[in-house]
Amino acid sequence: MEKLKDSLKRVNLPRLIIILFFLFIVLLAYVNDINVNSYIGSTIKYWGMWGILVLAMVPSIKCGIGPNFGISLGIVCGLLGSLLAIEFGITDMFNAIIPGLGPWAAIIFAMISSAFFAWFVGVAYGKILNSVKGSEMTVTTYIGYSFIYLMCIVWFRAPFTNSEIKWPIGASGVRNSLSMDSSFGGVLNDFLGFSLGGEGGVYIPTGLVIFFLLCCLVIFLYFRSKSGMAMTAAGSNPSFARANGIDVDKMRIKGIAISTVLGAIGIVVYTQGFGILQAYTAPLQMGFQCVAAILIGGATTSKAKISHVIIGTFLFQGLLMFTPPVSNKLLAGTDISDTMRQIIQNGVILYALTKAKGGSSNEE
Amino acid sequence: MKNNTEKKISFGSYAKNVLFKNKVIILFTVLCIGCIAASNTSLNYIASEVFSRFGRNACLVLALIIPCLAGLGMNFGIVVGAIAAQIAIFFVVHWGFTGIGGFMLCALFATPMAILFGWLLGILFNKTKGSEMITGLVLGFFADGVYRLFTLYIIGGLIPYDDPNLLDRGFGLRNAFDLSDSIKYALDDISFVTVFRILMLFIIVVQLINIVFGSKKNMTVDKKESMGKIIASAIGLVLSFVLMAVPGISAMIGGTRLILSDTLRIAMIVYLLSLVIRKFALKRDITKDKLVKTAVLTAAVLALSYIPAIRDILKSVSISACTYAVICLFCFFNNWILDTKLGQDMRTVGQNRIVAGSAGINVDKIRITATCISTVLAAWGQLIYLQNLGTFNTVQQQSNVGLYAVAALLVGGASVQKANNRQAIIGVVLFHTLFVVAPLAATQIIGDSAISEYIRMFICYGVIAVSLAMHAWKKKDKKVVKKTAGDEENTDAVKSVIWP
Repeated sequence: MEKLKDSLKRVNLPRLIIILFFLFIVLLAYVNDINVNSYIGSTIKYWGMWGILVLAMVPSIKCGIGPNFGISLGIVCGLLGSLLAIEFGITDMFNAIIPGLGPWAAIIFAMISSAFFAWFVGVAYGKILNSVKGSEMTVTTYIGYSFIYLMCIVWFRAPFTNSEIKWPIGASGVRNSLSMDSSFGGVLNDFLGFSLGGEGGVYIPTGLVIFFLLCCLVIFLYFRSKSGMAMTAAGSNPSFARANGIDVDKMRIKGIAISTVLGAIGIVVYTQGFGILQAYTAPLQMGFQCVAAILIGGATTSKAKISHVIIGTFLFQGLLMFTPPVSNKLLAGTDISDTMRQIIQNGVILYALTKAKGGSSNEE
Repeated sequence: MKNNTEKKISFGSYAKNVLFKNKVIILFTVLCIGCIAASNTSLNYIASEVFSRFGRNACLVLALIIPCLAGLGMNFGIVVGAIAAQIAIFFVVHWGFTGIGGFMLCALFATPMAILFGWLLGILFNKTKGSEMITGLVLGFFADGVYRLFTLYIIGGLIPYDDPNLLDRGFGLRNAFDLSDSIKYALDDISFVTVFRILMLFIIVVQLINIVFGSKKNMTVDKKESMGKIIASAIGLVLSFVLMAVPGISAMIGGTRLILSDTLRIAMIVYLLSLVIRKFALKRDITKDKLVKTAVLTAAVLALSYIPAIRDILKSVSISACTYAVICLFCFFNNWILDTKLGQDMRTVGQNRIVAGSAGINVDKIRITATCISTVLAAWGQLIYLQNLGTFNTVQQQSNVGLYAVAALLVGGASVQKANNRQAIIGVVLFHTLFVVAPLAATQIIGDSAISEYIRMFICYGVIAVSLAMHAWKKKDKKVVKKTAGDEENTDAVKSVIWP
């Protein structure tokens, strides 16, 4: 009996439910003659696009802050970097030197510049979070939200001069959504991309998947290094870490800064895959989606692994990809997927909160 | 000489203290005044807009106070109360009830639903002690999703709801839900006279009950006082009928709205008269000081209300007697419940769960009760909001309820652990003034109105983020002081493990 209870505890209930549900939906898709291959292809594409954003949760959970609902700070930095790459016309500049180099130069510029901003924002953010220990999740959520709206005001009046960015009428400001085709749209997705199983098969965006897995590897190796070990120790047992001479507060700042940088790089990758850059309020719920994805993968508010990122993102995105066609077939002309995303996403977060035993360190 | 300086210092520190205590209110007042100055809009418009928004929103904000004092923080979960109200409306409107009857029926249906939702919410809060606010927030989104599933797919699908006016494509409700033929202004349109008569009848009934049942229980009830109250109420009742016969006055008090200028003047005079009567006719213990103060205040209000600029503003504002009476009722309810045994327990739980638990209070139960009360009040508040608005967005109307209410309460100077009616009222006024004028000011200064929505939302989230951060900061400071001793022991123990 004890053993049964123990194994029940070890099985992650939401993950199990989501896996079964996912298989059920895929089965329904097969039965209903839906082109499963193309949806598996888009699942893989969105898996790679979201992957790095979800990966950003790992350092923040490991350093003891918990899931970073304020990933929007990183996202906004990433958008800024991408916009700067377009504004300076990096693509054309490098295309003039070697044709075909432009998009790569642009995406690298976008990543580096946004990572640069994100590091500073992340350090400042970490300092704030160090003074609100115990209520990080609430505070990160609201800081993230208010920062997005602050940046909305900034986007609206930002002095961009490139005609691709600014409103068709008017002197400045960023458009609601702008195409990435002329800069670095799809550069990773199309790199060595091929169709598995010939025409009409599953499209594999090789460059994107390689980059995502590479990022996972880097983070994995980081947490094997001395600094990463120290961060894990600071997160899992602060007083033990302090006794060993680890500066816990500094580790937390480092963790959240890495998380913010990953968020910035993640949105650059997302934007190139999506092909459209969405400023303004589009990133508002992205933080919740990322948190939900890693929790579906089996993480808790205090423990996370790289495997959780890889599994969770795939399941969550797969579910979101497969629901619209299935619900369209079964419920004639409706798209239930957004409603379902809302329920699953927030349901999973709630479940994790109830298992967290009163937040990270609030209960005395 | 020495005495004098001491007094000055004490006055200075007193002023400093007052300023510091009200820093949030002062900051937002300044911001409001600045925005009003920059908005270049007539004060009449702003005043009438703020008053109508106040009538709409005050009850929702008042619903937050009890869970706050019970240690649950800002209850973002009042969204579920709003959902209960909206579900009740769907069915009552479908069945064709209108007017105040329909409104009461809505309240009747919404209450058990709200209690159920509040109970579930309370259980959830008990499982996530210490992070109730993020739980409430996420639960709000979750409930949003379930509610959307309900309105868009289940109504008309699983639940028969045969109403072609409200259904799109055979199932799922229409995006906008129109109440203008059913319960719009159901509460707002009740005249002052009706409210007054109900109040008088209520007093008579209560006093009669007091006399009849009080004597049975051998309680020392002052029968004379009760009789006096009954007679006074009866006179009031008769007076209301007499006054309604006078054409000018019947238009003033029998209409659906009260003009603020008349109301203010009459209310002040009636209050002064009642004080005078109570002091000299009934020989009550009322200090001369209070009498003089009230007299001066009345004179000042009367004088001010005749200054043309102010008179115009006051005349342009019309308020609904019944809605404002309900707001007062909510305030009284909050005060009353905090004076009962339950309220005392709630405060104890709010201050320290561990102490409350060891004092024999069932902490979990008290927290669930507080959440239930808050949810029910929120459901009623949302009903009042919607009957005033007249039309609502079926799917999304409730999603910002928690956000706006919490932001308003925090603007009023409340903190995550302490809130009262006064802060709620001030907060609603300030927040909604800012809500009205900030976009206008932005339009004037920047020259574009599209930015106003972002500014509004930034204010909301910014206010919440800052005050939550401040609260967490303060709490941490306290904890550090408490913990230093324990922490050292702890590290010593760890050290001895590592280096034995």
